[in-house]
Amino acid sequence: MKILVPVKRVVDFNVKVRVKADQSGVELANVKMSMNPFCEIAVEEALKLREAGKATEVIAVSCGAVACQETLRTALAMGADRAILVETDAELQPLAVAKLLKAVADREKPGLVILGKQAIDDDANQTGQMLAALLDWPQAVFASKVELGDGVARVTREIDGGLETLEVKMPAVVTTDLRLNTPRYATLPNIMKAKKKPLETLKPADLGVDVAPRLKTLKVAEPGKRKAGVIVKDVGELVDKLKNEAKVI
Amino acid sequence: MPALVIAEHDNQQLKGGTANAVAAAAKMAGDVHVLVAGASAGAAAQAAAKLAGVSKVLHVQAAHYDGGIAENYAALVVPLAKGYSHVVASASAFGKNVMPRVAALLDVAQVSEISAVESADTFVRPIYAGNAFATVQSADAIKVVTVRATGFDPAPGGGSGTVESTPAGPDKQQSKVVSQELTKSARPELGGARRVVSGGRGLASGENFKMLETLADKLGAAIGASRAAVDSGYVPNDYQVGQTGKIVAPELYIAIGISGAIQHLAGMKDSKVIVAINKDPEAPIFQVADYGLVGDLFQIVPELTQKI
Repeated sequence: MKILVPVKRVVDFNVKVRVKADQSGVELANVKMSMNPFCEIAVEEALKLREAGKATEVIAVSCGAVACQETLRTALAMGADRAILVETDAELQPLAVAKLLKAVADREKPGLVILGKQAIDDDANQTGQMLAALLDWPQAVFASKVELGDGVARVTREIDGGLETLEVKMPAVVTTDLRLNTPRYATLPNIMKAKKKPLETLKPADLGVDVAPRLKTLKVAEPGKRKAGVIVKDVGELVDKLKNEAKVI
Repeated sequence: MPALVIAEHDNQQLKGGTANAVAAAAKMAGDVHVLVAGASAGAAAQAAAKLAGVSKVLHVQAAHYDGGIAENYAALVVPLAKGYSHVVASASAFGKNVMPRVAALLDVAQVSEISAVESADTFVRPIYAGNAFATVQSADAIKVVTVRATGFDPAPGGGSGTVESTPAGPDKQQSKVVSQELTKSARPELGGARRVVSGGRGLASGENFKMLETLADKLGAAIGASRAAVDSGYVPNDYQVGQTGKIVAPELYIAIGISGAIQHLAGMKDSKVIVAINKDPEAPIFQVADYGLVGDLFQIVPELTQKI
């Protein structure tokens, strides 16, 4: 069984993003870019399944500019077998990405697609669910544990108020939550080896997908700043302020 | 055309910010309908009909909607959606699961987790963990939107909508819920609580969270935690407040032994009044706190519990 792992190149999670002065977006020039953390977890889970003998091949796929090759090389260095880049400079929104991934899934016929639950740039949390819809496959999102059985995946999901175990028929789409695993680091020898692994490049037109955006961003603004308050000297003063100034107790 | 809100419920009561989603939907369209689907969700349907702004509740009676199975919900909502300008749900675990599936099948974009409605087609939503806010306009005929509950006050009661029985959609039988382990608590639900007491790594153990429980019970508060506390195994993950956990905006948020990492602040900085208790005077949490108290939480918390 093949596992398809879509990965996204995003602003590194340690970078404090800045809104551009003209409010057209956030500053991306000279900013460190990395694989989205939830995608790293997805790659790790796919590799673990392959290492456990549940899968034969792990294929990483990314959609976007040429620079996404770096992200795919990271996935290959972690251990993915080969990679596919759907290359475009167009702005890609989740529905368009889901359509591109559906076209790739139709070609590759994986038994499982594992991807991050959301990207830390647009925070959309949509692509996996949309892909499952377009493929008419079941979905198990926000996974904290994945077990494969005979034609089914048993997935423990993070839900409001606790955990849920869902059994989905395969092929299926699984999206990863933070606690699913701790991704491995790529070692130097594996980084070198990754340079020789196959990386195929396609265009959206090759897949017959119209990627035109549906949402127009009118502006991007800084959040309202919260003013620092006062430091109180003791519990007595705190209780007094809460009762008589803030009036919240 | 009206807006359709997909209700989250436990058959008896509406849950997960459904009333907030109704309030948001009322700002998008003049008229709001609510879909309540479940094995025996009559009581939840009646509750939805009483929300201000709701003119009609579509009540679907079928067991294959229990557990919030996304494939079944999407198959039900998609044919109904053609009669609506907006399809809306709370951005809870349920809404986040179901709504993108609905949007993709309608071939429309989803606008995720909006915090404000500018007009019928323009919405404000946080990006980069709330470090920026994007104003986005949708060109699609049907707008599929999820709503951040803390951005909207829940729709009040006093409405008088009608409840209409609606036929069920297919049972897709692609997935089934095997089990649920829900954290049992007599305290209010974290996402909608008016007061929250949260603990961080400073608590040093799960055992010490008991101290917060006493304080929370005295305040009628929910208990939350930082990701550090969850990762250290002090409390379960559903306590987590932050970018990767729950987004809360209570009237009072008391952060105890929490340093204030960006990812935590993203989940609580819209709270009305923030109190921080931390031994490190340089902790970033003090930059967002209305009232800060520097000191040993193991002395402060019992004293606070006693004096409140």
